[in-house]
Amino acid sequence: MNGELAAALLKSFVVGGCICVIGQLLFDAAKLTPAHTMSILVTAGALLGAFGIYDKLVDFAGEGASLPIVSFGNTLVTSAMEGAAESGFFGIWSQMLADVSTGIAAAVFFAFATALIFKPHG
Amino acid sequence: MNGKPQTDAHYDQLVQRYTPPRPIAKNCALAFLSGGLLTAAAEALRRWLLARDMAEDAAGGVVVFAVIALTSLLTGLGVYDRLGQVCGAGLAVPISGFANSMTSAALEFKSEGLVLGTGCNAFRLAGAVIVFGIGSAGLLATLALMLNLV
Repeated sequence: MNGELAAALLKSFVVGGCICVIGQLLFDAAKLTPAHTMSILVTAGALLGAFGIYDKLVDFAGEGASLPIVSFGNTLVTSAMEGAAESGFFGIWSQMLADVSTGIAAAVFFAFATALIFKPHG
Repeated sequence: MNGKPQTDAHYDQLVQRYTPPRPIAKNCALAFLSGGLLTAAAEALRRWLLARDMAEDAAGGVVVFAVIALTSLLTGLGVYDRLGQVCGAGLAVPISGFANSMTSAALEFKSEGLVLGTGCNAFRLAGAVIVFGIGSAGLLATLALMLNLV
């Protein structure tokens, strides 16, 4: 493994791990439900995205920053602002979901397919 | 039964006394390791695709698709939820947690029918993510447009 690849994987590991620790602290220390925790992380991602901060973290850590759900909020707001720049107010709504399509469509499709094939576990 | 008034405060005290303390440090260590390993593995896949001349956007999409498909399969097999009990937020915060919440809800409510059970309940947890994501993104982008920041 070359040095550059090793460094990239290490950065992903550390940043991805740290974001998960924030989630764990919201679970355990703040005693929030998973739904509250995920909502906070997504909203935080949208805020960081609106100020252009989160994309810098993605450039630094790759999947370490783009796999956590925080990135979902960032992608939504970034696409929405690109839409606004291109075609004004209605561009926000036509572009917002463009880059999250794979995630939502795949999650819905595989959730349904799995429900068809498997039996629930107790 | 023992003559003491069973008030809510009293009940809360009892619950607190008998609830084991959460091992926060251990949970955080497990979340760090599992979340870090998962994101590093995703990064390894992305680098592998990029090295094969795939475009940045396409590679990111393939990674998301692969992680979600694998998570749904592992959820169907009952493996993901068992791992999730150990790893906590390490498996809940990455996009695989989103896929797991949808798949497990779709499976759990299957007994109430494919439409009323699976269809109506699939977004039970994931819905919060989408509502707050779109809500905050719409608000922030509209504000940015009004302030001429886009």
